[in-house]
Amino acid sequence: MNTKRRTFLKSAGAASTVAVAVAAGLIKPTEVLAAEWNKAAFEAKGVPDALKGIGVANPAADSRDILIKAPDIAENGAVVPVEVTSKLAGTTSIAILVEKNANPLTANFDLANGAEGYVSTRIKMGQTSNVRVVVKAGGKAYTAVKEVKVTIGGCGG
Amino acid sequence: MAEPMRIRATMAGDAADIKVLMNHPMETGNRKDAKTGKLIPAHFIQTVHADVNGKTVLEAQWSQAVSKNPFLGFKVKGAKAGNKVTISWTDNLGEKNSAVAVVA
Repeated sequence: MNTKRRTFLKSAGAASTVAVAVAAGLIKPTEVLAAEWNKAAFEAKGVPDALKGIGVANPAADSRDILIKAPDIAENGAVVPVEVTSKLAGTTSIAILVEKNANPLTANFDLANGAEGYVSTRIKMGQTSNVRVVVKAGGKAYTAVKEVKVTIGGCGG
Repeated sequence: MAEPMRIRATMAGDAADIKVLMNHPMETGNRKDAKTGKLIPAHFIQTVHADVNGKTVLEAQWSQAVSKNPFLGFKVKGAKAGNKVTISWTDNLGEKNSAVAVVA
């Protein structure tokens, strides 16, 4: 048997398998390029792992200088407005986590060049949960929580 | 995803108040198609970048838990009327969009 021919066929087969996988969407070329997105932190299932993923290893200190403006009761969990104001000097990043969502880490904002310790956005919540905010300021991490009750399909609760 | 993004940037005191409304389905990947019963694949914005006057002021990373047609508000000290605000995003499928506005 011609062994060279065998190896050639093998390698050709392997190469085409990769091409098929790419075509079928099993391997997305974009996933390789978007390395800057913190996959480990965003896909973490629990709050401690998510925090570890964004570089908050030690428990963050509670702070009264972080204000979370969110509704006490959200009638629609798909759109919950959340506004975070950090009065901590030198705030460099703000992370928003929904503790009871399957993947708690929802958003992480890095601020620079005059951006104030303030972000406002809208998030999805699967159920009633604490919304935890972790602020990094002066190399330290601070945290605050606010509970938001979610009444899905309810007529007020 | 070439739908437009809306940016409103106004001066409030000594800071620019910037509000952005993006057009994006923000699919979580957990929702089922009502007709076929199949899961709708995840499709959401992962990174958002904001520049004011050519300098990076905000870099955000998002999960699928940010609401559909995302809203983002932030404030930038030291910005002036007439400064250019550039917002751009990239989603998990590699789609991109960007828009420019001027601080009023």
